[in-house]
Amino acid sequence: MPLLWLIVTVLALAGAGYVIARMRALKSANGDIRNLHSLPSYYGSNAAIKVIVPALLVLVIWLIAQPLYVGSVVSGMIPDSEIGEGSSRDLVLAEVSRTADGIDAAVAQGVMSEAQARDGGADVEVLTQRLKDAGQIVTGAVTPAKLAAAQRMRVLADTARQVMAVVVILLAVAGLVWALRETEKDFRARNTVERSIRGLLIAAASIAILTTLGIVLSLIGNTMHFFRLYPASEFFGSLTWAPSFGGGSQLGIWPLLWGTIYISFVALLVAVPVGLFAAIYLSEYAGSKMRSWAKPALEVLAGIPTIVYGLFALLTVGPILLSVFGNDGLGWMHGTRAVLTAGIAMGIMLIPFVSSLSDDIINAVPQAMRDGSYGLGATKSETIRQVVLPAALPGIVGAVLLATSRAIGETMIVVLGAGAAARLSLNPFEAMTTVTAKIVSQLTGDNDFASPEALVAFALGMTLFVLTLGLNVFALFIVRKYREQYE
Amino acid sequence: MYDAPHTTERNVTKQDIKISARNVQVYYGDTHAIKDVDVEIEAQTVTAFIGPSGCGKSTFLRCLNRMNDTIDIARVEGEILLDGEDIYDKRVDPVQLRARVGMVFQKPNPFPKSIYDNIAYGPRIHGLARNKSDLDDIVEKALRRGALWNEVKDRLQAPGTGLSGGQQQRLCIARAIATEPEVLLMDEPCSALDPIATGQVEELIDELRQDYSVVIVTHSMQQAARVSQKTAFFHLGNLVEFGETSKIFTNPDDSRTESYITGRIG
Amino acid sequence: MTDASMPSGGKAAPRKSLMIEDARTKRRNAAEKRFQAYGLAAIAVGVFFLVVLLWSILASGLGAFQQTFIETPIYLDEAKVDKKGNRNPEEMSKTTTFGYAPLIQTALWEQVQAAGIETPFTKSKEMKALLSDSAAAQVRDYVLSHPEQVGETVTFRILAASRVDGYLKGRVVREDLARDKSIDAEHLDVVDRLVDAGVIRKQFNLDFIVGADASEKRPEQAGLGVAMLGSFYMMLVVLVLALPIGVAASIYLEEFAPQNKVTDFIEVNISNLAAVPSIVFGILGLAAFIQFAHLPMSAPLVGGLVLTLMTLPTIIISTRASLKSVPPSIRDAALGVGASKMQSVFHHVLPLAMPGILTGTIIGLAQALGETAPLLLIGMVGYVATNYPDGLVSGFMAPNSAMPAQIFEWAKRADPAYYERAWGGIIVLLVFLLTMNIIAIILRRRFERRW
Repeated sequence: MPLLWLIVTVLALAGAGYVIARMRALKSANGDIRNLHSLPSYYGSNAAIKVIVPALLVLVIWLIAQPLYVGSVVSGMIPDSEIGEGSSRDLVLAEVSRTADGIDAAVAQGVMSEAQARDGGADVEVLTQRLKDAGQIVTGAVTPAKLAAAQRMRVLADTARQVMAVVVILLAVAGLVWALRETEKDFRARNTVERSIRGLLIAAASIAILTTLGIVLSLIGNTMHFFRLYPASEFFGSLTWAPSFGGGSQLGIWPLLWGTIYISFVALLVAVPVGLFAAIYLSEYAGSKMRSWAKPALEVLAGIPTIVYGLFALLTVGPILLSVFGNDGLGWMHGTRAVLTAGIAMGIMLIPFVSSLSDDIINAVPQAMRDGSYGLGATKSETIRQVVLPAALPGIVGAVLLATSRAIGETMIVVLGAGAAARLSLNPFEAMTTVTAKIVSQLTGDNDFASPEALVAFALGMTLFVLTLGLNVFALFIVRKYREQYE
Repeated sequence: MYDAPHTTERNVTKQDIKISARNVQVYYGDTHAIKDVDVEIEAQTVTAFIGPSGCGKSTFLRCLNRMNDTIDIARVEGEILLDGEDIYDKRVDPVQLRARVGMVFQKPNPFPKSIYDNIAYGPRIHGLARNKSDLDDIVEKALRRGALWNEVKDRLQAPGTGLSGGQQQRLCIARAIATEPEVLLMDEPCSALDPIATGQVEELIDELRQDYSVVIVTHSMQQAARVSQKTAFFHLGNLVEFGETSKIFTNPDDSRTESYITGRIG
Repeated sequence: MTDASMPSGGKAAPRKSLMIEDARTKRRNAAEKRFQAYGLAAIAVGVFFLVVLLWSILASGLGAFQQTFIETPIYLDEAKVDKKGNRNPEEMSKTTTFGYAPLIQTALWEQVQAAGIETPFTKSKEMKALLSDSAAAQVRDYVLSHPEQVGETVTFRILAASRVDGYLKGRVVREDLARDKSIDAEHLDVVDRLVDAGVIRKQFNLDFIVGADASEKRPEQAGLGVAMLGSFYMMLVVLVLALPIGVAASIYLEEFAPQNKVTDFIEVNISNLAAVPSIVFGILGLAAFIQFAHLPMSAPLVGGLVLTLMTLPTIIISTRASLKSVPPSIRDAALGVGASKMQSVFHHVLPLAMPGILTGTIIGLAQALGETAPLLLIGMVGYVATNYPDGLVSGFMAPNSAMPAQIFEWAKRADPAYYERAWGGIIVLLVFLLTMNIIAIILRRRFERRW
């Protein structure tokens, strides 16, 4: 039974449950809703929930667990002799699974009968030929053992599917019967329904935890895998980044980290003074008229997607810098992509980030503090420099840390503007690369997902995650402490 | 106008006029907050501004050192003379003015700095100290005059925000004194303090009278009676009555003053 | 007050007049002016950057909406396109685009001669450099759908080659021709004359907005349409998942959650997720949806799921703010007439908070629409989006690109003609974002209540 129909059946049962339970409740109250504990629709909803929730829950769990179970059974069938040089059990299993999919498709096209597909004694050659005729790409050589495994896989999956359909429908029916039996005028349907809704709300809220868990698991799992193939001491200790397809790559993180830090530093050098002074001017000096246009104008910069800044770096900032510092000018720069190119574009992106955060923080400094200073005969700038800014300092440090974490995690600007060469250099006119840029290039290239050259991206991702998380937690802590001080 | 003092403690002699205000009008946007006020503030005298909430007494106080300049929509008309010079003259720099007319606020507002730096702030920006030991002297003197020295002399580098409410307010007064102003404006300086701290601050105010002209806005009639020699009663933006404190509280000319003092309005 | 026994100080030196600024005040006022100037300069710098950014986008991108077309009457020669002569489209389709190219070249060559243009060229084949490779396919498609017009002369508006387009837009200049193998000065002379003759001209190019992407060799044909559909399906996924989940999570956290460790943990998670770099969500998508759940690479469904997870924190934070702004008196009023807590929330609080929630959702969607980095990791780049999805299921499941990914793809291609298209794509993207933000602002202005 196809999945879609299974779901439709469950939904239909739920609909029927709603109508029947509602009628039943009314009947038990002799048609007078004043005799019911809850409104009739609650009795209906109770039935619908009891049909849908357990059935679909089991369905989802089954769908996740089934491939894992089938995989482990079939994996046991593959003899070690099938696992060739440079291959792994996982790779062979993937091949088996592709073959099984191919057979499925061939049956669906009518090129092969179900009996032929299941025939244990089938000739490998014939079957392979059939698959090829059906337009199914058969990779590698299909050996009898692999074929047998594929066939077994299909049978298992098929059986599991059928069992699943039966279990799901039985659960739905059971839920229906349960709900109908308890439907009676004194039954507290509203409370039951509200409990279920509350459960749904909790489930929605815990998605945040699941996401974090997902991020951590996917990073850790693949990073461990990477460290089995490539020593962690090299990754954290080597000063060279030189991946090569043929193996023997050197994958030291330092050149990438250095690029990341250098570019972020340039970005902050642009963003912090401009953003901070803009915030000071807007909150302390500007009239309401100026604020009403200058603030939104700066915020527009925040609403522009990073891909735009990337293109801006590559096609506008880079050429402008090149015309000044390039061979026609000072001769320091040899290509549009450089630390400075990416750093300036990123700095522009961060200006509104710094300015709006600082603005909030400066505004949180109580007016009484300013009055105290003016009352002593201080000028505005003396008040700002000696009273407001020191008072706001922790908050501003927090804001700068948040901006740093943004800069470190930024991807598109560095992919387009910073270049691809990993180097440890102090020259801001040279191209460098960053952690994020290398995550992209290692995962979007033609690297095999199982190779250390691709898996290193997960280790880089892990580093990035830990770095930004640490910065964020620290910055949020500082900002919260600061806010509490003036509340 | 002048009545003989009842007690030796209130021994008031006729003093020089320090500030004289003529026909002062203040507008907040379209609201006419102060209407036609004439007042003369004498040197070495404590002058109290009393009146019900929203009567304009704080607004008027803030005119005397141009603190209203920091509010965009406030507009001041009329003439306020400090030692005969119009403080609203175009040539006057409010910064210079405020160095001579200091201010203490309703809520203690120490800067988030050390006690020392709080006091040293004014002398530093106005350049009153030639060197570090000079500054140390100024700080000590101000703290002594602020009646705080004995309590804080061992922890001058501790943050000013760590003091108790009454100590904080005395710190703010000491901070204002440190710049050596001629007039000290106090906007309800005791409203955020407990009775004991209030008593200490009131005592301090009485002592400051020896050197400064003090103007104090207060909600409490008892406080006005306790600390001031002159009292001005404000009502709905008008200056209703101005005169010797003893007279205002015992024998007011205006029926509104009497109603307020006896608790019928306010 | 024992402390006050100090000698009174401070009144020794007579003060100077208020009217005269002393030297120190002058210096301080100068410092004040300088400081203010720094602030003003900072704002000027920020606004300057904004202007430069917008100017580069518009100056480099507006050209993409215009394309150079050649208008030419083409004689659809029966001998070439329908060798059997029976007008059967099935048999005619055996003639490939190679069979059509000469027809077009001949037609253009005849126009060149008819206009009396002097050129060193002698053969119609030499007109190839002026024509887009897509022209033959365009004519072929037309003939196959209108077989009855074979043997007649039909006027076509066909795309000029990318270099011709670049020449008309000033991107290709004669000084660079030496290094250019695709076109030479003689061809450009012909182009100049054909422009005078009105055969070649720039026109608005709707295909840039609604058309499909093209291979790397044909920048003149590339369009944003398919990627736009990809973005549309992704936004559908984000809206359908992120709005209900985000609202449900916010309601729980704001209205029901007890003050305990679990709630704290959830809240810390949400605020941290909001600051996790977007590329990390891409890694999550790759590992969880593609490696683990075996969903197809490059599918808008996967892109939508990743963007949903990325947008959820934004939506939850703004939804909670708008729930919080509904005053407790409303809840008390509902509870007071005997509604359950759940009823008070769903009947009263939620409807009142709805404008704020929608505003936050639109802004979250706008953020998701412009996001590129996570899409790179789930394979939405490098894929040439040439086919429109042929239904709802394939819209979600078939490989596609997305607007920002398509822009990135164009920016990576070697031909500078693609840069113009990338800028043009940015204009389209920004128009979408602007519209969404304006809708959000209007929603907020119109429905926002101040309590």
